Amino acid sequence: MMLTPAEEAALAGEHGEVMRVAHRILVATGEATGAERLVPVQWVHLSGVNYNTIGDAGEEFLRSIRDEARVRVPTTLNPMGYDVDNAKQYGITDEFMRKQQSIQESYAMMGVRTSFTCIPYDVHPIPERGTQVAFAESNAAIHANSLDGLRTNKESAFSALASALTGKSPDGGLRRDMPPDATVTMAVPDPTELEWGMLGYFAGRVCDAHAAIPGRRPDARSCKALCGGMGTSGTCGRFSFGASGGERVEFDVQEARGVRDELNTAEDGDVIVLGSPQLSYKELVDLTNKLRGRRFTKECMVFCPRTAKDKAIQTGHAAILERAGCSLLADCCACLSPLITAERADSVITNSIKGAYYMGKSGGVGVRLKPLNDIVGDHAA
Amino acid sequence: MKVLVGGHARGRVLLSGQPINFLGMVDKRTGVIRDESHDMHGERMAGRVLVFPYGIGSSVGAYTIHSIWAQGVAPAAMICRRADLTVATGCAAAGIPMAVADEAELAGLRNGAVVDVDLDAGTIRAA
Repeated sequence: MMLTPAEEAALAGEHGEVMRVAHRILVATGEATGAERLVPVQWVHLSGVNYNTIGDAGEEFLRSIRDEARVRVPTTLNPMGYDVDNAKQYGITDEFMRKQQSIQESYAMMGVRTSFTCIPYDVHPIPERGTQVAFAESNAAIHANSLDGLRTNKESAFSALASALTGKSPDGGLRRDMPPDATVTMAVPDPTELEWGMLGYFAGRVCDAHAAIPGRRPDARSCKALCGGMGTSGTCGRFSFGASGGERVEFDVQEARGVRDELNTAEDGDVIVLGSPQLSYKELVDLTNKLRGRRFTKECMVFCPRTAKDKAIQTGHAAILERAGCSLLADCCACLSPLITAERADSVITNSIKGAYYMGKSGGVGVRLKPLNDIVGDHAA
Repeated sequence: MKVLVGGHARGRVLLSGQPINFLGMVDKRTGVIRDESHDMHGERMAGRVLVFPYGIGSSVGAYTIHSIWAQGVAPAAMICRRADLTVATGCAAAGIPMAVADEAELAGLRNGAVVDVDLDAGTIRAA
């Protein structure tokens, strides 16, 4: 990869240790993705926020750079570990909260907007098509590339941070046009968002970088499920509706059963979990409409961005959801959450493939998969 | 050979035939591979020249690589068969020399042999 004289100087340490390491990360990322040079990015979305995942090492690393490091472009942030409104109810310890607050302070000092969301595409305005961004959250990177016309690689926590501190990213990988690795056709009749999530999970294993999906774009809920499922299973960072290319593979009831056999590990669940990726304000309104006059017979945890929760409180939807048995949890998400542990629940019911993967494989919790309409139909009275 | 992070190191080869998930499989304090199903289960990475196919799993695994380096128990260098951003950026953040090499370039490496890795010159030699 070719660097400009100014970038070479930064790599040599002439602008301090933080910029030296940031450029070393960009060079390694560029070599790994076959890049030729660094290009400007207009927006960075960072992972590496939840204390449950980055731990003491992450907290100490961020604290060690926060006096010197400053972001150069608008930078938003993935969810953290809890919602401060109800953290105590879920048994979050003072120690956890202290460490999480330190992480939050470090990012704020660097100039990061602490948006705590995994759906930046539903929270922030989308720049014009073709804009280069750098998103580390996998479902958000896939959404940006496939549905918003933006360009990003599936960044790592560190490559995104280096892009935030320099305003640049290497021009390789998915920033270039790539033909699809395979064409994955939805052959399940009348697919729900659950089957779209399963197709994403399946396609992520079949395709290294780019999946073609014939046919028209399904509704927003199914699109988000597809992005979440795909981001979980492999390196694939883009899909194109209505396209074809490469090997042709059908996603039929048999393939859906394969994914279900892997991720559906329980007959039923103690708790309903919605929002992996987080639910937008529109989805909160939609859930309110589905529940009107009914109440969940089990606890239902609903993960959403702070902006969505605040708006739902203002418009009265939050009160209706709470009366219907929902707990609104802002700033956090179902994946790798300290709020959902094997001590609190043997098993959960969810419509999310991404959530099923993380709650099951990392959280050690049993998972029952159902589409949202069935969850409301079976568990609200 | 493609060098992702330059530098120089010398150490005993730790040769694995299986991908490594740094977030899930590696103890952050000791640098020991704790996944019982892994072919390098129980091995300490500290000071070794770690040769393995590629990294898998969450990109937050890059923090784990930085963490074992900060604890002084990281490998001296890493050589992979395929580049992935988690390992590449974790090594870059920590300053651990790292390269991608093909089968022919790795053919002479034996588990436990001491090698000299000079990734500024792009060479791996028996020491």
